[in-house]
Amino acid sequence: MSERDNTALVEFREVSYVVPAVSVPIIDRLDLTVRRGETLVLLGESGCGKTTTLKFINRLLVPSAGKVLVDGKPTTEWDPIRLRRQTGYVIQEGGLFPHFTVAENVALVPRLERWDETRIHSRTEELLSLVGLEPSQFRQRYPHQLSGGQRQRVGVARALAAEPPMLLLDEPFGALDPLTRADLQREFAALTQRLNKTALFVTHDVREALLLGSRIGLMHKGRLLELQAPETFLKSTEPHVRAYLDTLDLAEATQPSRRNR
Amino acid sequence: MSFWHFLQQNWAELFVLIREHLILVFISIFLALVIGIPTGILLSRKRNLQGPILGVANVLQTVPSLALFGFLIPLPFGGIGARTAIVALVLYALLPIIRNTVTGIQSVERSVREAAVAMGMTDWQVLWRVEIPLALSVILTGVRVATVIAVGVTTIAGLVGAGGLGVYIFRGLRQYDNNLLLAGAAPAALMALAVDFSLGVIEKHFSVAAGRGPGTSRLQKLGVAAVALAFISVVLLSYRDSWSGRSSVASGERVVIGSKDFTESILLSEIAAQMLEKRNQQVVRQFELGGNLPHEALVSGQIDLYPEYTGTSYTAIFHHSPISDPRAVYEQLKRDYAEQFAVEVGPPLGFENTFAILIRGADARRLNLKTISDAIPHARQWRAGFGPDFIPRADGYPGLARAYGLKFATEPRDMDLSLTYIALASEKVDLIAGNSTEGRIATLDLFQLEDDRRYFPPYEAVFLVRKDTLAQVSEINQVLSSLGGAISTEDMRRLNYEVDGKKRAPAVVASEWIQRNGF
Repeated sequence: MSERDNTALVEFREVSYVVPAVSVPIIDRLDLTVRRGETLVLLGESGCGKTTTLKFINRLLVPSAGKVLVDGKPTTEWDPIRLRRQTGYVIQEGGLFPHFTVAENVALVPRLERWDETRIHSRTEELLSLVGLEPSQFRQRYPHQLSGGQRQRVGVARALAAEPPMLLLDEPFGALDPLTRADLQREFAALTQRLNKTALFVTHDVREALLLGSRIGLMHKGRLLELQAPETFLKSTEPHVRAYLDTLDLAEATQPSRRNR
Repeated sequence: MSFWHFLQQNWAELFVLIREHLILVFISIFLALVIGIPTGILLSRKRNLQGPILGVANVLQTVPSLALFGFLIPLPFGGIGARTAIVALVLYALLPIIRNTVTGIQSVERSVREAAVAMGMTDWQVLWRVEIPLALSVILTGVRVATVIAVGVTTIAGLVGAGGLGVYIFRGLRQYDNNLLLAGAAPAALMALAVDFSLGVIEKHFSVAAGRGPGTSRLQKLGVAAVALAFISVVLLSYRDSWSGRSSVASGERVVIGSKDFTESILLSEIAAQMLEKRNQQVVRQFELGGNLPHEALVSGQIDLYPEYTGTSYTAIFHHSPISDPRAVYEQLKRDYAEQFAVEVGPPLGFENTFAILIRGADARRLNLKTISDAIPHARQWRAGFGPDFIPRADGYPGLARAYGLKFATEPRDMDLSLTYIALASEKVDLIAGNSTEGRIATLDLFQLEDDRRYFPPYEAVFLVRKDTLAQVSEINQVLSSLGGAISTEDMRRLNYEVDGKKRAPAVVASEWIQRNGF
């Protein structure tokens, strides 16, 4: 599952998700296609179902109705372990293992995949440099010895380690201060373009969505209200989209230089 | 005797007790870990089992230790000695270990666990590589708590013949001997502190929050493992040689003699033991059993004989209401024991250990008092002091007061039984209810008023023997019939005083008595 050819890598077909205790469905008949090589951003307030949508892809959750196809095959037919090792996953605060060093965290999936140690070592060095952490300085540190931004960089490096064709990112920069966040957003945009990764990115920050997304989907109460490229998204008349865009200083957000693409 | 002097004389025995204590704690905690940690892991996976299993562990924790030992003795995996003690200790250690394992695993941050799953770890890998390492310091806290509790509870193991420092502590309590108490309690306390400290250090080492530096190399882990392994093997080896003689049941050749946990019972059992040994019969001493453990041990075949008092069996074991005719009590017991337990009641030894209403010898002579009835008119000017047992018991003070129309100047004082003798002699009180065989009755010049209305039920000392043992070992019969009627109340008071008052060893006192009486 690679190559940029505009074909579908992930397809949601009529996906619903209900939880017994809650009367309203968490996800309501969702149809969505993630194309190879694109960065699709799901935007929405908390509780709208965007994180749930993400978790269907690496089968942390299974839909109550409908199908999620990855590489043409329903997730329920995938071996979940195989599926997850081919899917990079980055979450808020990194979810780093506090008892592992930076290097051990990054090397996690390659070790699970039983790569040989020299290959793991060089891959770890490469990734740490890629995310802007000097390997000799950071390899042996523990997560609690890092700043929030550095932890997030390690999280991204860990997700990329085994060269997964697909990245899932759940508000990865949400807990960072604005300056660090801006830095990481810029670097991430450059990185995905360079590495030609398919990425599904979840955020509640419309600025971030506009900056990173090749397409932006707005979710509300378990439904996808709008799915457009940033330029079209900005012109949408959908009331929820407008409400989001009204929070922006439009002039600033539409300046091409700030958009970094 | 100074404490130092005491230690010099008893260090060998003390060392054995410390070792037994350590071994009991070690084996119990080891087993509790083997059971508790997997249980805790299971509970962290199957949350609906948490309520019931933690509930059971909680209840076990609240059962008083002596009661738990009592329940265990008749069970197939129970009995007298180390095994019962270990089962009980394991049950006590389970709760903190299980609960901390569950808590430790559940307190691993959700995001970390989710990341582990999302990285493609199997459930087993999530458990071993993430959850357990992160829960380790919490689990170790549970182990530390369980071990400190075990060091304490193990003292009670002394009462079921499992050895350990409890042997000194209970002997010291019984004999009011501070040296014994100190020699038992101080090492136990030090052990608890040492365990608390050293496990605390290990715990800190594994605590992630405290920042586990790059210090745990594979070599160091190997070192810790080697030390642990060495310790285990040393413990197991010494286990074999230090306990090979303990807690075995007579199998045709060896007779196991039990005793209750007070001086008189120990002396009687020691006398019987030495007389059997003189007849070349091998004997195992299973002394100082607490509560009603001697009875439980006898009927379950853990011991073959022990000395008992007829009144105790009559009321406490067979639940008859007390009667005053010693003959009738004895005959009834003979029938009851034979029918229900296949146990033979030996001939009465010749003395009773009953409540003795005591006054000062000087008062008795001056007022010419012989019986309780004689004393009633004077009692209105007297004060009385009773042990805590005597005041509420059915066959204690309320019944006595009714039977004799007894009234005192003030309400009877409630005080420690042992102190009542001294209180009486030093004129703090004028009448007490003591034990009829108490050694200090003679030495403090106290006088026992006769129970002329036969209010107190008879408490004749007898040996109880399993009938199957009696049929196999004819020497027991010879010994018991020669002991019949051989020990007078005065004899018993003197023997008790030799041990409790003069702090002499029961074995020596028993041997002197046997020689003097030419058995």
